Amino acid sequence: MMSEILLSLDNLNKSFGALRATQDVSLDLRAGEIHALIGPNGAGKSTLIGQIAGNLRPDTGSIQLVGQELTSMSVAQRARLGLGRSFQVSSLAEPLSVMRNVMVAVQALQGHSFRFWKPVNHDRSLLEPAYEALERMQLTHRAWTPVSELSHGERRQVEVACALALKPRALLLDEPMAGLGPEGSAHLTELLETLKLEVPILLIEHDMEAVFRLADRISVLVAGAVIAHGDSATIRQDPRVREAYLGD
Amino acid sequence: MTNLDSSSTAEPGVAQHRARWHDRKGLVQIALLAGLLLVPIGLHLLGHVYYVNLASKVTLIAMAAVGLNLAIGYGGMVSFGHAAYFGLGGYVAGISAYHAFDATALITWPVSIPGSDNMLVIWLAAIVLCGLLALAIGAISLRTTGVYFIMITLAFAQMVYYFANSWPSYGGEDGLPIYLRNGLPGLDTNDALTFFLISFAGLVLAMAITSRLMKSRFGAALTMARLNDTRLATAGINPYPIRLAAFVISAMITGLAGALYADLNGFVSPSMLSWHFSGELMVIVILGGVGRLYGPLAGAVLFVMMETLLGGLTEYWQLFLGLLLLVVVLFAKHGVMGWLAGREHDE
Repeated sequence: MMSEILLSLDNLNKSFGALRATQDVSLDLRAGEIHALIGPNGAGKSTLIGQIAGNLRPDTGSIQLVGQELTSMSVAQRARLGLGRSFQVSSLAEPLSVMRNVMVAVQALQGHSFRFWKPVNHDRSLLEPAYEALERMQLTHRAWTPVSELSHGERRQVEVACALALKPRALLLDEPMAGLGPEGSAHLTELLETLKLEVPILLIEHDMEAVFRLADRISVLVAGAVIAHGDSATIRQDPRVREAYLGD
Repeated sequence: MTNLDSSSTAEPGVAQHRARWHDRKGLVQIALLAGLLLVPIGLHLLGHVYYVNLASKVTLIAMAAVGLNLAIGYGGMVSFGHAAYFGLGGYVAGISAYHAFDATALITWPVSIPGSDNMLVIWLAAIVLCGLLALAIGAISLRTTGVYFIMITLAFAQMVYYFANSWPSYGGEDGLPIYLRNGLPGLDTNDALTFFLISFAGLVLAMAITSRLMKSRFGAALTMARLNDTRLATAGINPYPIRLAAFVISAMITGLAGALYADLNGFVSPSMLSWHFSGELMVIVILGGVGRLYGPLAGAVLFVMMETLLGGLTEYWQLFLGLLLLVVVLFAKHGVMGWLAGREHDE
């Protein structure tokens, strides 16, 4: 059964001088799936994420979200259209509470921020959706804790909560497992498995165990190009992948 | 939808953190405001007009610093050119009064606009013109960050300074006297205490606006733009227009203070536009406490007191100011307000 394509990359190319960091990359993300993107260090994963999220502009090619052309849009515009994102190195406002970090995403969803008068601290239209996003991540007990006091794993969860608060159509999660203990990792794995039914996830991940367990499809990026594509079993057995990535 | 009661979503810490009259922060804040209000009234009763005018000076410099604090403290935009707005506000008051006194037109094309000696008209003009100037300067400057932003705001302010310095119609480098203080219907603005109370109302209004603004959605976005603009963009809000709006509001507040300051002195000159004054405003904001609502007031009181008391003893008083600044930067990062009233809960 072919499900709806929500995010699609079409023939992306990006060079830095002589280095071709992205070479003819095409892939898509369909409703209900986790599509994992793996690759050794220096394979060009960060460059690719940058182009999807809007920090980098591809030289050629196009990116579409639910049929909308994203390629010339800013980071903020892409987010408002429904591209949720978490960072490899967590990017939150440290001195602010968890809630305040999530509320900003809710605020963006409700239109422009040129509202100068009504205080946000008692605005239920902001508080409730933010609280719901935290509930999804089982983080409500930390709602009013400053991010600076959170553990590494909790910060990852807050990042995902921020992305969820945007009511995204597609999620781009950059190594969400990195730095999590076994317990946190297991918890997040479970969460992503239910989450994907609502929002498909493009997962960039180093933890191979998690990738093989979670991903419905896997694309392998080496030297800027997708060298293999398929489900876990296919990827595990692909000789080029074993050579390039699994070190056999 | 979830069935939460408001107690689970409302910030539990709010009650403890909000300043109350009976906690330390509330007491310090009330003491500062009440002191600034009551001391001049008392001195006026005793007939010391000089000190009433000095209090007006403190008040207006504090108000100018409240404007700058919105940019630096709340917005993270270190403007080294806020003298441009202070001075422009001053020149609006001066030029308008000059034409009103002469009964000549301010401009003759495309329509003839006469000068005005009505403060309300002057304030409105100062706010609008400073907002437009800040919109132009900010639109370009905010494409840079860090040291480049500091330098480009300085460069723009210096352009305004040299323009005023070399434009002979309004006194050039000699400045422009305001022969009759501008008036406010129903009030005697020449009375020192009346003028002080007008200035005080301006300061309180500027602080109230800042406080309210920072609690709103706009303030939440501005805070996020300062702390982590990547997060703000990822959340779907473009940081640039948020910063630009804050920069413009900041300049409007400083410009209004400038218009009143020119009336206080009965004189406006390019020195109001000079980079020295931009620097002094920054020193006041840092002394008082960057991003603290009452910081600019505490800083301005300290600054003008040092200038008056130490400046009377030695012309090298700024040496002591420098030492004090050094102590604050090294040992009291949250300024005098941080030291007196404790840390702000969001930082």
